[in-house]
Amino acid sequence: MMMTAQQQINEAYKRKIARRNTGIMIGCGALLIISFIISMNTGYAKLSPLDTLRTLFGGGTAKENLILFDFRLPRIVISILVGMGLALSGCILQDISKNPLADPGLLGINAGAGLMVILYVMFFGAKSFMSVLTLPFLSLTGAGTAAIIVYTLTYKKGDGIAPMRLILAGVAVQAGISALTTLLVAKLDETQFSFVATWQAGSIWGSNWKFVMALLPWLLLLIPYVLSKSHLLDILNLEDGIAYSLGASVEQERRKLLAAAVGLAASCVAVSGSISFVGLIAPHLARRLVGPKHRILLPTCAMVGAVMVSTADTIARVVVQPSELPVGIIVAIIGAPYFLYLMKIKSRQQ
Amino acid sequence: MKQTNEIAQSHQLMQKKKKDRGWVPWIIILTGVGLIFLFMVISIAKGAANISTITVWDALFRFDSENTQHLIVVDLRLPRVIASVMVGASLAVAGAIMQGTTRNPMADSGLMGLNAGAGFALSICFAFFPGISYIKTMLFSFLGAALGAFMVNTMASRRSGEDAPMRLVLAGAAVSALLIALSQGIALYFDVAQSIMFWTVGGVAGSNWMQIRIMTPWILGGLLAAIALSHAISLLSLGEDVARGLGLNTEVVGGLCSLVVLILAGASVSVVGSVGFVGLIIPHLARYLVGVDYRWVIPTSAVLGALLMVLADLGARTLNPPFEIPIGALISLVGVPFFLYVARKQGRAL
Repeated sequence: MMMTAQQQINEAYKRKIARRNTGIMIGCGALLIISFIISMNTGYAKLSPLDTLRTLFGGGTAKENLILFDFRLPRIVISILVGMGLALSGCILQDISKNPLADPGLLGINAGAGLMVILYVMFFGAKSFMSVLTLPFLSLTGAGTAAIIVYTLTYKKGDGIAPMRLILAGVAVQAGISALTTLLVAKLDETQFSFVATWQAGSIWGSNWKFVMALLPWLLLLIPYVLSKSHLLDILNLEDGIAYSLGASVEQERRKLLAAAVGLAASCVAVSGSISFVGLIAPHLARRLVGPKHRILLPTCAMVGAVMVSTADTIARVVVQPSELPVGIIVAIIGAPYFLYLMKIKSRQQ
Repeated sequence: MKQTNEIAQSHQLMQKKKKDRGWVPWIIILTGVGLIFLFMVISIAKGAANISTITVWDALFRFDSENTQHLIVVDLRLPRVIASVMVGASLAVAGAIMQGTTRNPMADSGLMGLNAGAGFALSICFAFFPGISYIKTMLFSFLGAALGAFMVNTMASRRSGEDAPMRLVLAGAAVSALLIALSQGIALYFDVAQSIMFWTVGGVAGSNWMQIRIMTPWILGGLLAAIALSHAISLLSLGEDVARGLGLNTEVVGGLCSLVVLILAGASVSVVGSVGFVGLIIPHLARYLVGVDYRWVIPTSAVLGALLMVLADLGARTLNPPFEIPIGALISLVGVPFFLYVARKQGRAL
């Protein structure tokens, strides 16, 4: 009798948690939709909500169509995708490295992409991009190269990818590339410098369907893959010995997940500049909201990232019209206080 | 009987080992101090104007205010060398304390929000009070550093329960991100990003006797306090629970450590800008050389940090005269390969 009572309580507790988690997911979804709608309505050219709705369903004038479908929509889609990608990548990296300070920047991704962008700007000037896809391609190359360097330095025969070595190698490579960047930045002229500074602060400049098309396949491939690994991530979070004895081939899985994280982050950084803060804070926010179980944590994390970046992008467009603030700055200005608030709340509850 | 013998033998062996180990730190520290003096002299002699060692000696002990070379030595080069010694030692010790108390190998004094706070204050300085005097700018950035540290500590303080180091790490990351974003925003909006960058990569170039007179008591006090706390830091590096179990008042020690870090790193950051990498690599190097006892790690870090900084400053001035290479970049570039080597060799990380 005692047992069943206990079990009942457990069941009830589980159901309560599940309900709460569903609630949080729905909340995130609602927020995302709201920010989507607001984002559609805001911008330099004024469109009333009704006009927006009419245009969405195909009844707009040519000008309205242009503004909505060619300028705003791709940009919103990109900000959502980038948020998801970076947040998931950060979450995986924090798990693999077992370090709460890890973010996609740890793989040298931001630094590598930044270096490539600066090199290009130095040699060809800030205004001379051969095609719209030059910059994403450059960033991707830089990010990929940096990640490969970090990976090579981390890998050790017989010991694979130890979390500690990953962190140290990542930090070192990041610092080295940033140092090169600093040396180069000092040689830039004013236009070049302001272009690079804006890129580094993170701004979604690629508002174009081509970018969406370049980004989408990566995410369509990698996000389901990562989600399918959620149980494994739970196990990898334990100590290595325990993970092994639970039957996970730790090394192999870690390597695959690392590759997935690199793919996600590198493709996102390529179109968004370095908004690595999303990758740092979104997983922590999600963990504070729904706890450490990856089956619910990963989707929440993706949602939180998407909401953060798309909201920030909307605000970035509105605050200083007609020029705009880099979205990375807004993400941090809004995200950091909210995170600190959550931290305070949690400690009071305990 | 045989067993007791064996035990006695192994005990003796351990004693011997301990003794053997005891020599290593002394040798490293003494050699380090010797090298520091050597490079200080070289550093004073070398530069845009070459000065012979004998003249340096004369300038120090038979100062003649008519002699230009004597003036260069006493008014320009000497303060600069002394500043680099102090700054290097303090940054390294602050980094060691942070890594020991937070048990995170990615930690350095930047995590206390110091660098971000100083940067924030600087951007306000440059944006709203252009043309402010050098000393005032320095003071401002120290206040900024203190503000950053204050925010981090308020956010990380808690009633009970959650892991204290973890809270500090997360709060530090969030507050830093917030302050960095704010300063980036200000810098981009008011178009002062480039002048801020030149200030922050400037290194010890502008040091003068007044600065040193203000800094010295604080830094010496901070270093002594760090050595006094070193035993407690060793205990903290075993984990908070263990430390408490061994009878350590973790709250008081944690608070004192934060204070020491604020003094050491705050003073340094306001003088040289963000040369974060010293605080990150030197403690790792020190642990690699002398083991994980912070009673040795802290003095060794101080010596190595000072040595690195003097060398880096010498390099920054002499490699590409008459231009100066940004010292932070130089340190990173030299430090990275070395750091990677240590990272691969190292067994226990903290």
